[in-house]
Amino acid sequence: MARIELESLQKEFGETVAVNDISLSVPDGEFLVLVGPSGCGKSTLLRTISGLESQTSGDISIGDNRVTNVEPKDRGVAMVFQDYALYPHMTARRNMTFGLDSHVSMSDDEIEQAVQDVGETLGIGDLLDRTPDALSGGEKQRVAMGRALLREPDVFLLDEPLSNLDAKLRDQMRAELTQLHERIGTTTIYVTHDQTEAMTLGDRVAVMNDGEIEQVESPQVLYDEPASRFVAEFIGSPQMNFLPVDVEGRSRPTVTTLQRHLTSPFPTPNETSLPATDNAVLGVRPEDLYLAQETEDDSFAGPVEMTVTLHETLGDSVVLHGTVANERIRIRTSQRPNVTAGDTIRVVVDPTRLHLFDSDGDTLAHAAEKMVQTV
Amino acid sequence: MPDVSIVPDTVNERLLTTTGDSQLATHAALWLIISVLILPIALAAVYSTQTTNAVYQITNVFPGSALVENYTTVLFEYNFGQYMWNSFVMATVVIVGKLVFSLLAATALVYYDFRFQSLIFYAILFTLLMPLPVRIVPLYQLMADIGWLNSFAGLTSPFIASATAVFLFRQQFRSIPASVVETAKLDGIGPIQFLINVLIPMSKGMIAGVTAIMFISTWNAYLWPLVAIIDRTNQVAQVGLRYIQGTGAEGFVQWNLVMAAGILVLIPPLIVLLVARRYLLSTLGGGE
Repeated sequence: MARIELESLQKEFGETVAVNDISLSVPDGEFLVLVGPSGCGKSTLLRTISGLESQTSGDISIGDNRVTNVEPKDRGVAMVFQDYALYPHMTARRNMTFGLDSHVSMSDDEIEQAVQDVGETLGIGDLLDRTPDALSGGEKQRVAMGRALLREPDVFLLDEPLSNLDAKLRDQMRAELTQLHERIGTTTIYVTHDQTEAMTLGDRVAVMNDGEIEQVESPQVLYDEPASRFVAEFIGSPQMNFLPVDVEGRSRPTVTTLQRHLTSPFPTPNETSLPATDNAVLGVRPEDLYLAQETEDDSFAGPVEMTVTLHETLGDSVVLHGTVANERIRIRTSQRPNVTAGDTIRVVVDPTRLHLFDSDGDTLAHAAEKMVQTV
Repeated sequence: MPDVSIVPDTVNERLLTTTGDSQLATHAALWLIISVLILPIALAAVYSTQTTNAVYQITNVFPGSALVENYTTVLFEYNFGQYMWNSFVMATVVIVGKLVFSLLAATALVYYDFRFQSLIFYAILFTLLMPLPVRIVPLYQLMADIGWLNSFAGLTSPFIASATAVFLFRQQFRSIPASVVETAKLDGIGPIQFLINVLIPMSKGMIAGVTAIMFISTWNAYLWPLVAIIDRTNQVAQVGLRYIQGTGAEGFVQWNLVMAAGILVLIPPLIVLLVARRYLLSTLGGGE
């Protein structure tokens, strides 16, 4: 049980800044996911917390201890790697117990019992005497998890543990990880590049870009109120549409986009005005655009006519790619419209789901959830 | 560990499945090559059974009657048993020393992350460019200065550092995923414990192969023992062979005895090769 505090953590490899001045607080028992594209520094950050990499500057605390310059084995962390990192010549049981004595002091009988318990918990109780080459990928990862569990660490550090598994197994393991965390409640930092894993697993998700944390929030807030265009792009599939926009910033602001084909109100809390800017970008998620025929909500803005260029079926929904006034947009609809490339459809937008970004990619405003009615 | 014995099997299958003339030609070529390789050894074996006079009859290539006599003479009268024992002790000590030093060096190169790591590695490799004949004079001087000439320490110590072994072990260890090393570090497993419990068990085949190669090369050492050992009773088999050649009375060499000793000196490496052949395939074949 321990919280993790990072203070101005910096990690440089020569000229490259892998982790840039990160300060982060992870409360006791939280499941925090670090997510970002390859090379964003998420793994380096995790490895710096574990002590496998030494920081260039800054401080790391785990629980009440400052561990900045403490050996990895004395930090109270257990790590799980993408490639499982099992010793190929040892049985699953030996893999779990080898090196255990530096973490916990138990008698042989107690260790035997603990291994058996952990094995049962993870559903590998029958496989403990097998060597890794006789285990499947999922089983190997369970052994690696078991090894971490057995160490009773203050903090779990998981580095893309599911990335080597096939999609079906990944879904299953994801659910099991959540249940496991609910049961044992150990503070966990989980690195992944997969936004689905990030959204489903994390109490909070930290989106990293270029060595910095762009935003740390609960998955829903991340989706609803991305702090930057990068976060808005990274979270959500298919990707958010970004359109050049004119903003009328007075009370009851409006946005005009798509070569003046679409004007929408941009509801703000208490009708505050928006900062005047002429090079903002409007963000709207494909799932917040609707076919005109599927809604009768007259608060929706539009319609605009979109020429379909591509039709992607996802089973439960359809993604339509198309152009409106030479701007490319994507819409995702749970309707199953019978359209093909070249057809024209009429699209409306939910004004309460709009986002505004400035030209640097910072968020200017999110549309308020409900339009405030003035009397 | 994967079963490497499938390699010769596939070669056999390929030979068996080729048909007609090309198969005949292949077999003929193989027999020719094998004959060329075996002929000197076969002749040596035959001569080692003949009397000295019979050896000098150049057309006499049939086994003679002096087999037991030749071998007992060589082993006991000419002390060849002692020389072979000396060789064996030297090879064993050198191999143990080489394994200890090169395994430790390779572990340090893989386990630790330190400055000038690759520079040090290349410096070790660079010593390959300096074979014994090149440095024999300064080496002799060094041994003379520290008083190790004509001693077992002087005989074995120059062989104990091995760039080849360090290189082979380092490559082998590097094929082990970094995350395995890191897991060990997170568990506070030190480099020696890691070497003994992880690296060595994971590299058994490579170690066996390297041991075989090192045994044969040490067993065949001639130049350094020749200069480093003066006292005949401490001399090794390869130089002992030379002694027998030099003892021929009345100006002619007792080739039958030389050949008998030559056959004897071939036996230990042959045993080692037979025992370690499956590991050698993986060692020399570029990893397991």
